[in-house]
Amino acid sequence: MEAKDIYAALEKQFPGKVSEFKGEVLEPYLSVDGASIVEICRYLRDSAGLNFAVLSDLTALDWPKEEKIQVVYHLFSYSHNHQIVLKVDLPRANPKIATVEGVWKVANWFEREVYDLFGVIFEGHSDLRRIMLPEDWVGYPLRKDYVEEEEYDGISTQRAPLVEKLLR
Amino acid sequence: MKPLINSLPETVFTTKVDDILNWGRASSQWYMLFGLACCAIELMQTGGPRADLDRFGAVPRATPRQSDLMIVAGTLTYKMAKRTKLLYDQMPDPKYVISMGSCANCGGLFQLAYSVCKGVDKIVPVDVYVPGCPPRPEALTEGLLRIQDKMMRERWLVKPSHPVEEAAGA
Amino acid sequence: MLFDFANVLVFTALGLGFVGVNLLIGKLLRPANPQARKLSTYECGEPSMGSAWVNFNIRFYIVALIFIIFEVEIAFIFPVATVFRRWVDGGVGVFALIEVLVFVGILFLGLVYAWAKGDLEWVKKVKA
Repeated sequence: MEAKDIYAALEKQFPGKVSEFKGEVLEPYLSVDGASIVEICRYLRDSAGLNFAVLSDLTALDWPKEEKIQVVYHLFSYSHNHQIVLKVDLPRANPKIATVEGVWKVANWFEREVYDLFGVIFEGHSDLRRIMLPEDWVGYPLRKDYVEEEEYDGISTQRAPLVEKLLR
Repeated sequence: MKPLINSLPETVFTTKVDDILNWGRASSQWYMLFGLACCAIELMQTGGPRADLDRFGAVPRATPRQSDLMIVAGTLTYKMAKRTKLLYDQMPDPKYVISMGSCANCGGLFQLAYSVCKGVDKIVPVDVYVPGCPPRPEALTEGLLRIQDKMMRERWLVKPSHPVEEAAGA
Repeated sequence: MLFDFANVLVFTALGLGFVGVNLLIGKLLRPANPQARKLSTYECGEPSMGSAWVNFNIRFYIVALIFIIFEVEIAFIFPVATVFRRWVDGGVGVFALIEVLVFVGILFLGLVYAWAKGDLEWVKKVKA
């Protein structure tokens, strides 16, 4: 199916919940309303003709000037060989969205990574904790306003200033 | 009984015994395989047949208990730093550390990253720094030979004339 | 005859002495810096938790038991083999052979029993 047909099918099934389709790019994407993400994903996975059985990637973008964190879902279908990208905007102050772990099991780790690096809370997730940073890490590093701590575990995070090094 | 470390006067006999002990240690440095990232591949190749570390008596050990040299090969992250310190502490004396590659020397390519420790010398005391990204096997072998020179300068039976520099063991 | 034992004494003394002297030289010449972290149990850099004593797999006991029984059987057959020639010359060769075969046969029945019960398998299949 072409990307615009996928968008048309979604618009017919969920009127008002999807918007901003962009089809001329290499990976066509569309925006989805955050409150209905789970039912839209379930429809995309189960409906014949769409069959997006695979969640290739679940990641996020930080837009500090527009005060939003955008969660991005990359879906792919092996049986029809088509793909689509969904984008969901969340308020930066309190980013919360329902989990799609019930639709694709792999979302478990993807959502843990997004929580670890951006601080997005996935409601209904079975095991939401940091996946790659140590458990006692403070802060969400991939946010644009992240500031490193002075030291971690007694180790200084500062590097010697370059000018001092050159003078030495 | 008390060990005889650093307690005897400097005679021909005691210095020769020191030389024999140091030569034995330098010719059989068993290094702990501490490959963390890409430098580990070069470390394995340096132990391989073409650029052989075994001809210097250096064999790889997997456990810190049987090794006296720790070659930190690769990027050290903060998460790994705690374990590195514990493994270094679990090595028996006398122990040496080679910091291999720029990531272990100073954080290297990833110096601006939030999770990378800017140099392994923030965690363990380093004896020889081997620069490179990754260092060639010849460079790592040169580092091993420098450690050999350092070992040959140590004094075991002889009372040290300069209190801190020449004393070994303590 | 008693004097020959002095040989054994000298060898024992030399052996123990060699080991002892080497350990003594090591004790005198090596540095000794015991520290709490150095003496802690090695677990690939993580602090260890719990005891290292775990429940042993009971199948090792079964294997060891069957081995011991047949090892002892072999140990009993060896002396028979050494004096067999003398018995053949004394005319009781056939009787001795039948005796030994009866011994081996009884233990063979035991082996067949263990085999049929499935005790020779590592994982014993239990009929559900």
